[in-house]
Amino acid sequence: MMKATSKEKTFNMVFILPALILFLVFNLYPLLRTFQLSFYQWNGIDKDMIFVGFAQYKHIIFNNPAYWKSMLNAGYITLLCLTLQNGLALLLALLVNRQIRGENIYRVIFFLPPVLSGIVVGLIWKFIYDGNFGILNNWLVSLGFTSFSDFAWLSEIKTALSSVAVVHMWKGFGYGFIILLAGLQTIPTELYEAAEVDGADKWQQFINTTVPSLIPVFTMVTILTILGAMQIFDLIYSMTQGGPAGHTDVPITKIYQYMNNGEFGYSTAMAVIFGLVLLIVSMIQLYASKKINK
Amino acid sequence: MNFFKLKKNILNSLTHIILIAVSLTCLFPVFWMISSSLKKQSEIFTNMSLLPETWQFVNYKDAFLTADFGMYFLNSVIYTVVGVAAIVLITSMAAYGFARLDFWGKNILFYLLISTLLIPIPGAFVPLYLLLKSLHLLDTRTGLLLCYISGGIAFGLFLLKSFFEELPKEIEEAALIDGCSRFGIYWRIALPLAKPAIATLVIIQCLNIWNEFLLALVVLQDTSKMPIQRGLMVFQGTHMTDYPLLMAGLTIATIPIVIIYLFMQKHIVKGIAAGAIKG
Repeated sequence: MMKATSKEKTFNMVFILPALILFLVFNLYPLLRTFQLSFYQWNGIDKDMIFVGFAQYKHIIFNNPAYWKSMLNAGYITLLCLTLQNGLALLLALLVNRQIRGENIYRVIFFLPPVLSGIVVGLIWKFIYDGNFGILNNWLVSLGFTSFSDFAWLSEIKTALSSVAVVHMWKGFGYGFIILLAGLQTIPTELYEAAEVDGADKWQQFINTTVPSLIPVFTMVTILTILGAMQIFDLIYSMTQGGPAGHTDVPITKIYQYMNNGEFGYSTAMAVIFGLVLLIVSMIQLYASKKINK
Repeated sequence: MNFFKLKKNILNSLTHIILIAVSLTCLFPVFWMISSSLKKQSEIFTNMSLLPETWQFVNYKDAFLTADFGMYFLNSVIYTVVGVAAIVLITSMAAYGFARLDFWGKNILFYLLISTLLIPIPGAFVPLYLLLKSLHLLDTRTGLLLCYISGGIAFGLFLLKSFFEELPKEIEEAALIDGCSRFGIYWRIALPLAKPAIATLVIIQCLNIWNEFLLALVVLQDTSKMPIQRGLMVFQGTHMTDYPLLMAGLTIATIPIVIIYLFMQKHIVKGIAAGAIKG
């Protein structure tokens, strides 16, 4: 194309101007504001913001066990997702990839839970889990587990977090499944044919051909799983609101609670710490996968 | 039947048994929601039959009219239609600019604009709340829409820029020589050619905006402006045990998404793949 004159270069900016303005005002400014607010004590109303330096960070790190408990809760859900959910997603992707009949039907069904909203899924499962009118207990009782006749899954300290995690996995495995299946289908069949010529059996083909080709895709699924599970909110809000007694609190519900109490500075400091944790975890994951790939 | 064929048949049956079991697990909660939405309230408390004794379609009329789900639904339609249209317009213009035009700071600006795809910013709702408050946009439709639109820019840009770059330049160059303006080329030539990528963008953003909850929770107080996800929580908070109406509300909130999904699932899968590469 023709070289643009400097007048044209200015005029061409018009194309990106709306996007740029929205980005600056609604993405960049809030990000910078988060950092700034985290150093101030402020209730969002007063004119004066009190500069406190790193005091809020210190307080969160050393004196707020409830916040770290919420981080651990999200970590627990994440760990279950990384093992059970992604294991299931991989198994299903491998099964569906065997050129079986009805591949597309399974694909459509498995990806149905991920397109439903977190609120809808949370409220359906809250009804299923309900101690008195839930169908889960009804089934358990008819199977002979009569002690479950009025067991409140979401309000018992022992079961609340795991029950929520199960729902998160139910909602999420289809997402990993779709990406892994797409990844499997991009592995050229020549690789398998060559392995077969070399006398490799199915298991050796899986270890030597499928696994290495799938590592980049699997890394991506892992990172998406971590970011999704750590930032869980809608399901918690619709099922337990963080209860019983904070046993299903997660970082986002914590940040929301503090913001709702008018502690804007403190809640942004929490957000910064949480953001850094997520960034570090993603970095480690990317680094590890590069190491393995070499 | 020889041994290998038998082995293969057994393996295939086993595969289908596993896949069907997982499918039923996926479908049952959705089925239970629909079935419960057609029951009488007394039936919810007394028996757990899979299907309603008598089908109470009147629940849907009640949900739409007396439980305000009609209003919430309409609000969600407005947010989704306006939000997605704005995202398509704004990001396609910008993506065309980045793909085809020359201007200052082009590369830096592009990576800056899509940086939100790479860096997680949890808790951005706190400063957004304060920003909308100082702009007097708190508890307004405009405020919520601006959050939604800006939230869709990075993904739209990422998706459309590479699509525009792959289009052949020749038609556009010919049009330029014929005296067509830059904007005319974008609007009449490039945009219609980008239909497949725009379809993907539209569907992904429809799902995102229709299902969004957290921002709607933070920004809105006035029930008459709430989208359906927020309305469901309001209803659930005040009518704890009116399960049939709640399930009718959940079904109403789900139907548009499922219809879009079933008709457009190819585009959704493409969008997921495109979105996943970003990581």
